[in-house]
Amino acid sequence: MAGELIKLTAAELAARIASGEVTAVEAAEAHLARIEAVDEKINAFLHVDREGALAQAREVDAKRERGEQLGPLAGVPLALKDLFTTEGVPTTAGSKILEGWIPPYDATVTKRLKDADVVVLGKTNMDEFAMGSSTENSAYGPTANPWDLTRIPGGSGGGSAASLAAHMAPLAIGTDTGGSIRQPAAVTGTVGVKPTYGGVSRYGMIAFSSSLDQGGPCARTVLDAALLHSVIAGHDEKDSTSIDQPVPDIVAAARNGTAQGMRVGVVKEFRGEGYQAGVMQRFDESVELLRELGAEIVELSCPSFTKALAAYYLIAPSECSSNLARFDAMRYGMRTGDDGTHSAEEVTALTREAGFGPEVKRRVMLGTYALSSGYYDAYYGSAQKVRTLITRDFAKAFEQVDVVVSPTTPTTAFPIGERVDDPMAMYLADLCTIPSNLAGNSAMSIPCGLAPEDGLPVGLQIIAPAMADDRLYRVGAALEAAFQARWGHPLLEEAPSL
Amino acid sequence: MTVTELVSYDEALASYDPVMGLEVHVELGTRTKMFCGCSTELGAEPNSQVCPTCLGLPGALPVVNKAGVESAVRIGLALNCRIAEWCRFARKNYFYPDMPKNFQTSQYDEPIAFDGYLDVQLEDGEVFRVEIERAHMEEDTGKSTHVGGATGRIHGASHSLLDYNRAGIPLIEIVTKPIVGAGERAPEVAKAYVAELRELIKALGVSEARMEMGQMRCDVNLSLRPKGTEKFGTRSETKNVNSLRSVERAARFEIQRHAAVLSSGGTIIQETRHFHEDDGSTTSGRAKEEAEDYRYFPEPDLVPVAPSLEWVEELRGTLPELPRLRRKRLQEEWGISEHEMQSVLNAGAVDPIVTTVDAGAPADQARKWWMGELARRANEDGVELTALPITPAQIARICALVAEGSLNDKLARQTIEGVLAGEGGPDEVVEKRGLKIVSDEGALGTAVDEAIAGNPDIAEKVRGGKIQAAGALVGAVMKATRGQADAARARQMILEKLGVEG
Amino acid sequence: MPGISREEVAHLAKLARLELKDEELEHFAGQLDDIIGAVAAVSEVADDASVPPTSHPLPLTNVMRPDEVRASLTPQQALSGAPAQEQQRFKVPQILGEE
Ligand SMILES: [Mg+2]
Ligand SMILES: [Zn+2]
Repeated sequence: MAGELIKLTAAELAARIASGEVTAVEAAEAHLARIEAVDEKINAFLHVDREGALAQAREVDAKRERGEQLGPLAGVPLALKDLFTTEGVPTTAGSKILEGWIPPYDATVTKRLKDADVVVLGKTNMDEFAMGSSTENSAYGPTANPWDLTRIPGGSGGGSAASLAAHMAPLAIGTDTGGSIRQPAAVTGTVGVKPTYGGVSRYGMIAFSSSLDQGGPCARTVLDAALLHSVIAGHDEKDSTSIDQPVPDIVAAARNGTAQGMRVGVVKEFRGEGYQAGVMQRFDESVELLRELGAEIVELSCPSFTKALAAYYLIAPSECSSNLARFDAMRYGMRTGDDGTHSAEEVTALTREAGFGPEVKRRVMLGTYALSSGYYDAYYGSAQKVRTLITRDFAKAFEQVDVVVSPTTPTTAFPIGERVDDPMAMYLADLCTIPSNLAGNSAMSIPCGLAPEDGLPVGLQIIAPAMADDRLYRVGAALEAAFQARWGHPLLEEAPSL
Repeated sequence: MTVTELVSYDEALASYDPVMGLEVHVELGTRTKMFCGCSTELGAEPNSQVCPTCLGLPGALPVVNKAGVESAVRIGLALNCRIAEWCRFARKNYFYPDMPKNFQTSQYDEPIAFDGYLDVQLEDGEVFRVEIERAHMEEDTGKSTHVGGATGRIHGASHSLLDYNRAGIPLIEIVTKPIVGAGERAPEVAKAYVAELRELIKALGVSEARMEMGQMRCDVNLSLRPKGTEKFGTRSETKNVNSLRSVERAARFEIQRHAAVLSSGGTIIQETRHFHEDDGSTTSGRAKEEAEDYRYFPEPDLVPVAPSLEWVEELRGTLPELPRLRRKRLQEEWGISEHEMQSVLNAGAVDPIVTTVDAGAPADQARKWWMGELARRANEDGVELTALPITPAQIARICALVAEGSLNDKLARQTIEGVLAGEGGPDEVVEKRGLKIVSDEGALGTAVDEAIAGNPDIAEKVRGGKIQAAGALVGAVMKATRGQADAARARQMILEKLGVEG
Repeated sequence: MPGISREEVAHLAKLARLELKDEELEHFAGQLDDIIGAVAAVSEVADDASVPPTSHPLPLTNVMRPDEVRASLTPQQALSGAPAQEQQRFKVPQILGEE
């Protein structure tokens, strides 16, 4: 029974809970047991809120017994990235500097999940402050990829993606600043969506790079992602950058997948040196499949995309250098060196030195540099101009096509430790995902097979214009159905058992 | 600290030409903070008016207070500024424990208002135009208390305690262009500018602008250049000069100090300085060598502010009569000289007088009481006129009692005294103290008879036609009634009884 | 583009309030130099006046809230994460600098 429950999709599980076939408590317990059994190997969770989850599940069951209307995901367990504040439940952002911090307030996403009766199992591992592409930058140890425990699960949301791939949760929440939802989805064989910037509230989501950060859904199927997306999306008056417009009907799109008549763009800048052969092979097959599904394929060029990575590594560090200044040992979090001999200023510097890991320090210094007087125009200012060019390239592309597709990542999951001290190599993992963050449009990664040379999952990225997130789901659902028809089962079934 | 021997003010001005810049921060009187819904009410318990946003908790985000923007636009319009069609907030990055995010959300190269001016009137009536560079929106910091030092100052303190109730309260920073050409009147211009700005802010109703409460704070930047040269000298920045008088004194002191340094061949270093109320001097703060690099960049958590033309015009429609023009009008209405009006302004009596007149008192009477008795009393107590425990309505009532003949000047003064002493309103004081003029015929008649009987020689003189001698009899009546008699009526009765025509 | 020296890294660390160790300074100097070399490509557009900078990904303006009081945290909640507190205030080590 329990073994079966953890294999269900969120949509299926919700239906069984709603019908009374399964209780929310049973669902929560099955997943908690799974976490107990396998997370020692994966390290996807930083904190499991067993009591909180069970209490919430009991509440859902009670509501059902009272005959109250349940939401479409009521009682479904979820793994929440530790970047979102949770009142009364520890929140660390994967950093030592926030070890033991218990927020006095809920993020808007946290609140909407609770309001929708989604059962939050715990908080997932991540690169410190979401800075990284491998989850190796967590202060609490790396997360392993369920497909191969010696490999990275992607990052920064490696914990969320791994929890799905290892069936510890059917749903998860991630955040995507440069690919942190899509790249982990790609390398773990799961689905991840970066909504349009402003589509999901950032209130209570610990800021890395404010103009790029976007929370979004992670799931094992396109429909599950849509259901979760619709729970967390929508205007929030607490976030000034939140879009005050209705969310497109993404659930209907996911239920009615089709590529028929769609114009699909293939951007020539998304291939070449650094792209793994097996990744490109699966990508080309996906394009072929789209053509078979009735899509029209259009070759495009977006020349400014070649500068996207450079612009990103100026904008994101600049904003983070300012966003992370609040971690100063004065009001919350870690404090080091307060022994009566050090001033407040020194205690701040000692604490930040001890509390931040090397990648955070690197980016904080890089951003401090890029914003300094004398360098601003050459670096930060220019990066913002590149951002304009990238937005124009997208605008031009979307005049010709409905969606753009690309590989999500240039390679499959690389071995843990391989790039940890080679920042530039690490940064390449986000080559294909970054342009959408810079432009603010929506994008999704779905599994498109295993690379022949290493047997690891490959992700296909679908990119849509801002506020047209429904196109992702329409095309994604069509492809997902076609792939599964071809494979005869969901890709995750090919993962080794844990 | 090196003590610089100051040169005399006249000597300084003989060789140098002062250039001033004034930066004024005004705390707005909005109900909530600039970027969150926390109350701005004064006097709350420490850290009881903070939320995730103004406490800088991880994940929290700002949302702009519309009333803050409105106030900024209205201040800009009143200062004859241009209003930006599109502008952004920026982050000013520096670490300080009283600033929760370690950046101040402010505006940088896109202020909401810019290129304006404020005409200020000097004591002799000369009008001096102070050019305004910009007015921009930002937020206040928290408040630190230093513990363990002898005096509660930062030096020697073992630790500090932080209360963030004030963190995030809206501030408008108003910056002048370099003020040139004021010459020896620079300190006076500085004072008059801050005074006029304060009047303007109060008239707009955007802040009470009470300098003693820190609701309005002024930084005085000053440099000297040798007479006849164009290039500005190095400036000093005297921070937080918090009264009108201090603004004048600080400017004056810095002129003398700069002159002393320069004429002895020294150089001025660009630094912040602290003003000392006790002796009017300034001392060196932090040298600016470790040049602050604020790394300003557009605030990504807030979207741009783009006031529409219609909105700006609507706000323009809410502007009150500008204080200088209003004073001009009142001066004419009251029929007083420019100099007298200036005294009224200096005493902070404009509004009390206007309110008293509005309550029915004649302007000259209202002015007489507020500028005389009450100004003297406020001065003695060291408080603002408006802080005295008497209202314009009560003064108006006293004027009415005088006009109807129930009180004379002396009794009115005693009534005011009683009101100030907390004995109640004017009527109550008159009643309790028994101050009403004695005008009933019986009592007055008796007093008159007694006065005539007691001074037969004088009575005889009056009978003989020396009418002016009646004054002595009136004096006797007044003495007998302890000043409560209606003097005019007494005189009339004396003349009647002595059978002469008045 | 200019390379970044150890001294510059030390200055950045000071601005960013990071008490870096000597070996870190060395290490970061090398890495930052590489990264800055790689991202310097953006400055090709620095002088192109036809390209305005994008600071916000969406063209939103005038997002404001009414001046209405909302519930604050309780002082207990506000201070709940404080490393030290006294008299309902955050207790911090001595502050150097201006008065
Ligand atoms: Mg300022
Ligand atoms: Zn607040």
